Amino acid sequence: MALSGIQIYKFLPKTNCKKCGFPTCLAFAMKLASREVELSLCPDISEEGKAALETASRPPIRLVTIGSDSKKVEVGNEVVMFRHEKTFFHQPGLVLRISDTEPQEVVTSRVSEVAAYSVERVGLQLSLDGFAIQNKSKEAASFVSCIETVRAKTDLPLVLISDDPGAMGAGLDKTAKSKPLIYAATSDNWDKMAELSKQYQCPLAVYEPQGLTELAGLVEQVNKAGVEDIVLDPGARGFVDSLSLFTQLRRLALRKSFSLLGYPLISFPGEGAETLAEEATLCAQHIAKYSGIIVLDHFSPAMAYPLLTLRLNIYTDPQKPMRLEAGIYPINEPKADSPLMVSTNFSLTYFSISGEVESSRWPCWLVICDTEGLSVLTAWSAGKFDAERIAKAVKQFAADKVSHQRLIIPGRVSVLRGELEEELPGWEIMVGPPEAMGIGPYLKQRWAG
Amino acid sequence: MPVVEVPLEKWTGKIREVTLGGNGRKRVVVGGEATLPFLHFEGSIPNRPAIAIEVDDCQPAWSPHLTAAWGDVVADPVGWAKKAVEYGADIIALYLKSADPDEQNSSAAETTKVVDKVLSAVDVPLIIYGPGVAEKDNEVLVAAADAARGQRVALGNCEEKNHRTIAAACIASNHIAIARTPIDINLAKQLNILISEVGLSPNSILMDPTTGALGYGIEYSYSIMDRIRLAALSGDAMVAMPMICTVGEESWRQKEAIVTSGVPDSWGEHEQRSLLWEEITAVALINSGAGILVLRHPKTVELAKATIDKLMAR
Ligand code: B12
Ligand code: SF4
Repeated sequence: MALSGIQIYKFLPKTNCKKCGFPTCLAFAMKLASREVELSLCPDISEEGKAALETASRPPIRLVTIGSDSKKVEVGNEVVMFRHEKTFFHQPGLVLRISDTEPQEVVTSRVSEVAAYSVERVGLQLSLDGFAIQNKSKEAASFVSCIETVRAKTDLPLVLISDDPGAMGAGLDKTAKSKPLIYAATSDNWDKMAELSKQYQCPLAVYEPQGLTELAGLVEQVNKAGVEDIVLDPGARGFVDSLSLFTQLRRLALRKSFSLLGYPLISFPGEGAETLAEEATLCAQHIAKYSGIIVLDHFSPAMAYPLLTLRLNIYTDPQKPMRLEAGIYPINEPKADSPLMVSTNFSLTYFSISGEVESSRWPCWLVICDTEGLSVLTAWSAGKFDAERIAKAVKQFAADKVSHQRLIIPGRVSVLRGELEEELPGWEIMVGPPEAMGIGPYLKQRWAG
Repeated sequence: MPVVEVPLEKWTGKIREVTLGGNGRKRVVVGGEATLPFLHFEGSIPNRPAIAIEVDDCQPAWSPHLTAAWGDVVADPVGWAKKAVEYGADIIALYLKSADPDEQNSSAAETTKVVDKVLSAVDVPLIIYGPGVAEKDNEVLVAAADAARGQRVALGNCEEKNHRTIAAACIASNHIAIARTPIDINLAKQLNILISEVGLSPNSILMDPTTGALGYGIEYSYSIMDRIRLAALSGDAMVAMPMICTVGEESWRQKEAIVTSGVPDSWGEHEQRSLLWEEITAVALINSGAGILVLRHPKTVELAKATIDKLMAR
């Protein structure tokens, strides 16, 4: 847990020498507590004080980076159990597992397909984050050649899976610059895996299914060998064991500052599932409940799209709904006589309509009111999308853009029609369909007709 | 070796148990948890989340793919309810949509006949929903409550505006009220208090904190349910009712579930996508405390049941 200024102050020299640039040690401690300055500004702190503060002030769950600067996934550094307490910060990396026993053409085509996959939602491009390559053949040569095959198609982050340090070393030799995650150090091979992790400066997964005490013991040894960038696999594979263990691990890290287990987690939903749908379901649970890296065994766009959507939803900051600027938005190059519609500035609302209008190919103007990021009905109920506001936005934004006086309002707020006719004298207020999906057909029938 | 002691929460509260059915009919008990969802290591979880399957009293205008999964029975609430039981429904959620003035505007006498028939056709408990139009809701629900006397059904929705009527009907015939509020813990608590003040026992209330589907507000539902559950376990008995989520209705309203063509290739194959849309909404919400899931597609039901089996296995 983060330390308070007073707690930090105890470790400082208490001489108020001002060399740090602050008038007193306490003032400096306060700045440290709010993470505005670095401890290194104080030249006089003792080694013990420094060590104590570094351990105590480090984040409860370490931030681990997989991949190189250009293509990376950062996981960990979470500070709450529940998203409403603050927010979840680093969404889990979703990677697809490839086995080195698969024929090269198969690997090439899957990797190309998945690396190129991306789906648009609320104006964002969502995609998978990388690949896990499994040394199923148990041969170093096949592992290396599979890594090369994957690398020929993508520079996305990798997880290298092998329990053989020889094969792992050979694999790392090919791709160490891209900083893959090494999976995994076990009670049998941890010393050699830790060596590789240090030599190639790559993060290391630690696998120990015996229990959390055993897992912490193994992490301690790996730490002592000099490895800090760690990802944990407590061996849970099914629904209930992963929920329990992942919850326990996060509690230990956040509530007990148990630093040996203060690392992001990795999960393998395909191993705990019997069907593709079940794998997707378990993956969904892992997204909501605390996984850091999720290794999938199957990929289909129809599975990826809902999972990526859930990840986006769960990792959205609850304090800040995604929203856009109020204003007038042209879609499909509208002219002065093109249809004019109005809606709210909640991103989801905007992109639902703009997507429909785009695919209908109708040129349209869309006036967006500032509703503080609320959807149509929510904003209407909260009094933030009323006739007065709509009229004001229309006058402000549309006056110099359209030559007609016809306004289409969302079907869900058809009740606003009368009031709007009063607020916008001379205008024809048209009630659109309740769902964005109906916009295309509606325009065809009602605007043209 | 460092010794790991898992921190256990010392919850002072417990979720109420609400019993549907009984009296010759199968009994379904929901709630009763003394900890967060499926954390068996920390407290007892005596009852599994129950699955209710939606059955409408008039043919629904659903996505053809969803209607096809049920076949001809969608034209007949009795056959539909029976089939839903075969497909694993713990509860039938009967929607009296025909009473909607914009639909057939059927009378309370007519909808009550349907309630009667469904009650005698199946032996699982019922949830009965009105058409969602204030006046008509009261009419058909009050009549249904009377017809179902002794069967301990759940009646919805009981909202701020009609809570007196619905609560009174529940008191008169020993039924359960589904208290629905729009994603707000304070409103949820307030409505439970109002309903209790009318005289309905808190053990006869289910809470519907409003479901947002995946991609359409699920994060709000998820978090409000987390908050409600935490408050309940921390001792606030007026939010300690089991929660019900209308997952099917919300998921199958979304474009992702309905539309088969003219969407980006990246959305993938329609059948799989639409099923996962419902299933993923469901799994996220049982993880934040749902006690009853109201679902639509038989395959989602199967998958959700398998998931719940696994989450309940110790
Ligand atoms: C998530 C949610 C919230 C979130 C906010 C989300 C947000 N950023 O807006 C929170 C939890 C904060 C919230 C709060 C409230 N909510 Co709310 N909320 C919802 C929920 C679950 C989903 C809303 C949503 O995101 N929809 C998706 C978006 C994309 O839909 P949309 O904006 O309507 O857009 C669609 C169409 O309208 C159409 N469209 C949009 N623009 C246009 C334009 C034109 C021209 C056309 C033709 C079509 C069109 O296209 C879109 C896609 O089809 C709904 C219930 C539900 N399941 O739908 C309730 C709901 C909207 N909320 C409701 C209420 C009452 C409230 C509160 C007032 C409760 C309260 N008293 O505190 C508060 C108000 C907030 C405040 N005081 O600040 C009610 C509204 C009741 C009503 N019929 O008026 C609903 C319907 C729930 C209910 N059944 O009671 N809510
Ligand atoms: S430099 Fe160090 S010792 Fe000097 S005032 Fe700052 S904190 Fe205190």
